[in-house]
Amino acid sequence: MSDSVKIYDTVILGGGPAGYTAALYAVRSGLSTLVLEKFSPGGQMTQTAQIDNYPGFHEGIDGFTLGYQMQLGAHRFGAETVQTEVLSVDLKAEPKIITTDMGVYLAQTVIVATGADHKHLGIEGETELIGRGVGYCAACDGMLYRGKTVAVVGGGNTAAADALFLSRVCAKVYLIHRRDALRASKIYHEPLENTGNIQILWNATVETLHSDKKLTGATLRQVKTGETVELPLDGLFVSVGQAPNTLMFRGQLDLDKEGYIVSGETTETNIPGVYAAGDVRTKELRQVITAAADGAVAAHMAEGYLSAKR
Amino acid sequence: MSVIHATNANFNEIVLGSDIPVLVDFFATWCGPCRMIAPILEEIAAEHPEYKIVKIDVDEEPDLATRFGIMSIPTLMVFKKGELVSTTMGAQPKAKLLSLLA
Repeated sequence: MSDSVKIYDTVILGGGPAGYTAALYAVRSGLSTLVLEKFSPGGQMTQTAQIDNYPGFHEGIDGFTLGYQMQLGAHRFGAETVQTEVLSVDLKAEPKIITTDMGVYLAQTVIVATGADHKHLGIEGETELIGRGVGYCAACDGMLYRGKTVAVVGGGNTAAADALFLSRVCAKVYLIHRRDALRASKIYHEPLENTGNIQILWNATVETLHSDKKLTGATLRQVKTGETVELPLDGLFVSVGQAPNTLMFRGQLDLDKEGYIVSGETTETNIPGVYAAGDVRTKELRQVITAAADGAVAAHMAEGYLSAKR
Repeated sequence: MSVIHATNANFNEIVLGSDIPVLVDFFATWCGPCRMIAPILEEIAAEHPEYKIVKIDVDEEPDLATRFGIMSIPTLMVFKKGELVSTTMGAQPKAKLLSLLA
């Protein structure tokens, strides 16, 4: 395949806001640029129906459209995209080697923009019950639990928003939180307390899941007393935060204890010619705009690295 | 070939009566992961005339959603010679979908 012999100036792993901003800046500074993305453009923001904090869209924009527009913007100047899943990388090789389910790609520089994904509870049966009662996207599957009893696990903004969303569809919604106060913004507290069919179960964790082909309930443990409670459920939505997609970089890139790629404002990593942009790197604020900003910096750094080499 | 939209009325003919393998995507217009895989399904439909790609909107076709016990979307089902041979839930990469059809 001709694809496997070309050496790109930069290959970008991930087509979210960091990836496509990097692609736009890289291709406009004359680098041959390839984006490898498993799904449609946009990454995590495709799951957000309305983005109101990315400037330039005074009435807001849906995340899917914004992602698609970012891709079109980069393609307009000649960046390429292949829809494929990256299986492994050799970032120390010269050129760097990226193995995907559609073949091997070679690159002088790599911009890692693989983002983050929802965290699992990590309890037995959870993975097996995905789509059979266990879910991670209330906005996606909520409608299919009309009139049923469901629980949301978590205490952050997403968990709070999910519980409120589900309360409009389901008969009963439990919000299971391991602490005695929510981490979610103040704006959620009152609606949660004033919604009749939402019950918050404080200081509780999910210990085991029960199923008969599909989820039937869960055993909860009271953190303070150690007591257990049985909860019959039709659905359980897990909303306990994000984890970075960095498994394949372990042993090559320096990661912090949560798995984020250790990197600062320059997006440089411990390997020359490899940059980390967006949610995947250690940073204070993970937003669409900070991801996009990283993409621009990473492309600039990659360009500088290549000109110094030439 | 392009992606075909099926309904309860023509499901048996389009999917079960097909001579070639069929990938059925149970989706909804408001579902993020469904939209994420839409371009992949279009690419497969365009590149692989030996397969049929069918989409079913669960809001428009609740009877089909009930018939197949859809509890999560997207649910992707592969039918060969009228028989359901595999079911996967959630967004799947292109190579995985092609391997299910092959």
